[in-house]
Amino acid sequence: MKKLATMAVAAVMAASPVMADLVFPSLSYRTGPYAAGGIPFADGYADYFTLLNERDGGIGGVMTRVIECETGYNTEKGVECYESTKGEGSLVYQPLSTGITYQLIPKTAADGIPLHTMGYGRTSAANGKVFNNVFNYPANYWDGASIAVNHLLDENGGDISGKKIALVYHNSAYGKEPIRTLEELSGKHGFELTTIAVDHPGQEQKSQWLQIRRERPDYVVMWGWGVMNQVAIQEAANIRFPMENFIGNWWAGSENDVMPAGDAANGYKALAMHNVGTDFPIFADLQEHVIDAGKAAGNGDQVGTVLYNRGFYAAMLAAEAVKEAQAIHGVMDITPAMMRDGMEALSMTEERMASLGMANFGPAFSVSCENHGGSGEGKVQQWDAAAGQWNTITDWIASDQEVIQPLVMADSMAYAEENNVAMSCGG
Amino acid sequence: MGDQFLFAIEVMINGLMAGVLYALVALGFVLIFKASGIFNYAQGVMALFAALTLVGIMEGQVPFSHLINAIFGTKIHHFGWEVPAILAILLTMMIMVFFAWAVNHFVMRHLVNQEPIILFMATIGLAYFLEGVGDLMWGSEIKTLDVGLPQGGSFWIEDMTAGLGSDNFFGFFIDKLDMVATVIAAILVVGLVVFAQYTKQGRAMRAVADDHQAALSVGISLNYIWVLVWSLAGFVALVAGIMWGAKSGVQFSLSLIALKALPVLMLGGFTSIPGAIVGGLIIGVGEKIFEFTVGAAIGGATENWFAYMLALLFLVFRPQGLFGEKIIERV
Repeated sequence: MKKLATMAVAAVMAASPVMADLVFPSLSYRTGPYAAGGIPFADGYADYFTLLNERDGGIGGVMTRVIECETGYNTEKGVECYESTKGEGSLVYQPLSTGITYQLIPKTAADGIPLHTMGYGRTSAANGKVFNNVFNYPANYWDGASIAVNHLLDENGGDISGKKIALVYHNSAYGKEPIRTLEELSGKHGFELTTIAVDHPGQEQKSQWLQIRRERPDYVVMWGWGVMNQVAIQEAANIRFPMENFIGNWWAGSENDVMPAGDAANGYKALAMHNVGTDFPIFADLQEHVIDAGKAAGNGDQVGTVLYNRGFYAAMLAAEAVKEAQAIHGVMDITPAMMRDGMEALSMTEERMASLGMANFGPAFSVSCENHGGSGEGKVQQWDAAAGQWNTITDWIASDQEVIQPLVMADSMAYAEENNVAMSCGG
Repeated sequence: MGDQFLFAIEVMINGLMAGVLYALVALGFVLIFKASGIFNYAQGVMALFAALTLVGIMEGQVPFSHLINAIFGTKIHHFGWEVPAILAILLTMMIMVFFAWAVNHFVMRHLVNQEPIILFMATIGLAYFLEGVGDLMWGSEIKTLDVGLPQGGSFWIEDMTAGLGSDNFFGFFIDKLDMVATVIAAILVVGLVVFAQYTKQGRAMRAVADDHQAALSVGISLNYIWVLVWSLAGFVALVAGIMWGAKSGVQFSLSLIALKALPVLMLGGFTSIPGAIVGGLIIGVGEKIFEFTVGAAIGGATENWFAYMLALLFLVFRPQGLFGEKIIERV
């Protein structure tokens, strides 16, 4: 009888509705060679959802839950993390690694879970007709390459013909991403492009910087990651390359990248897809509800840094997509398929960002079936070594869609053909 | 002189300097292999750990602060003082000696007379353990290491040599940090060679390397020698960590510098201290010259694979490396 009663209680408990929540997996890397970049992003991502829970009671009355899984920036571990967390009702994956992204594109497509690769991953995923569940708003690698060139055009009165630009890149699929775009832009604007590869991890770059010293390019653009960035900035300082003519992409533009070189890094520039610092009203809420309450993912000293703000921004975009999905489907506890619809209907206007206490934090953009890549805008920020901070020195710079769109179409169509993807809009 | 020739000389000089930095890492491997026949997989992580500890002590960081704060709900991170570089180096060295004792006490002494592969596996475990402890103790963020070493190209050398070529030649670029590394490496090698050849402990170290049991039978304390050798390897790791950490900041990818030491060891031999230096120089010059002459034509970034290819080429003709001891086993 006792056994029967126990079984009955267990059956009732199993049949009870599970407390609903909105699940956001965080494939983080807090250990290994790239931990210094992974930690602030993961903290920013987690803290935004904690803020929503503490201040607003979740999103639309449903609490959020971040489940973190350590990838160590390792592709195999990243896939394991995906497999182990997808059954939790995960709404959107942000793998924070181009390698993991490439592995997850077919998997998430089969499982019907959206993938958001903000400023990394497969660039041609901007074509939503082919990559139905992949989003890479607000900007992608090719936008980044074009933004760098447009900044140089602005600095040179619209004419950079005859100028020499060297691309120093991480010798990987990630590092090679901007080459095609820069080659196209080189033809269009008449600048001379030299590409200089740096092998992983990039701790020794003497050959590359001696080459730059010999060839004296007018500008150096860098597509680096991890230790490669710090060494490159130090080597550039060593050969006395003018820092204001050295521009890194947005993965070569955090405090981690410039601090080791000290004063020598002063004037170094980098692209930015969002603003830095804490001069936004939302950070007061964060301080009150999360940091001071002792509920922050880290110890609070990363708030306002480039990579913390990136994680924070990524979480904000995910939360806003949830709101869109809830509005579209009239359901608060949404599914991954509904999340996809929300992401595709996302419209980040100036007013919307201002209402969140994040006015002008990122570019204004809207997503559509045809365009999963957003506005493709970015800013340029410059390092002030004395103050120990990044300052944004431009407004949002548009990328050259005349050059980029044909590249996106060609690459995505090739993918569709190779993988027999039926092009469609909507679910 | 033609500019291209001058550029080639510049590349060669910088290759020699880079080779010295590779050799600094390789030396640690050689020391332990020489004394115990162990290929110490953890040598790169030891360099990382030593550099992390040095910066942590210099900045007055509270070790294990994240752990302490998480358990006790405190918010302590720094003691509020800074320690001068020299004192911090001494304190770090003491920690590395303690580490050497711990390695011997908890790992190595239990593995006497085991197969080399068992000892190698133990060092793999040690590498992961040490990396985790380093993370827990000092945190994962990138730290700036400033022990007063000079950085940047030498203006004096640039000015003195600028007139050798045309207007396109700006004088030889030689990094001041590399010059310091060269001097330190030279002192280190001379010191280690003298120690190994002419001191009682050095000879005992070599006896242990030849045969653990035979060394024990003539009264050599295996424990003492192993602690000594691991301490020396810890000191070399600290020097390598300072040199490489000054270039890139102290961060967890510092452990990957071990990858640069492997071809040096293959080429110079695992048992020769001068071999590590000569191997480093050959690898450094070889990879830089190859990148300069051929690299651009085949897409660049040739250095990593070329170093291994060069080492393999040497192995074909001299399997024990240039200076390694030829192993003769009678059946």
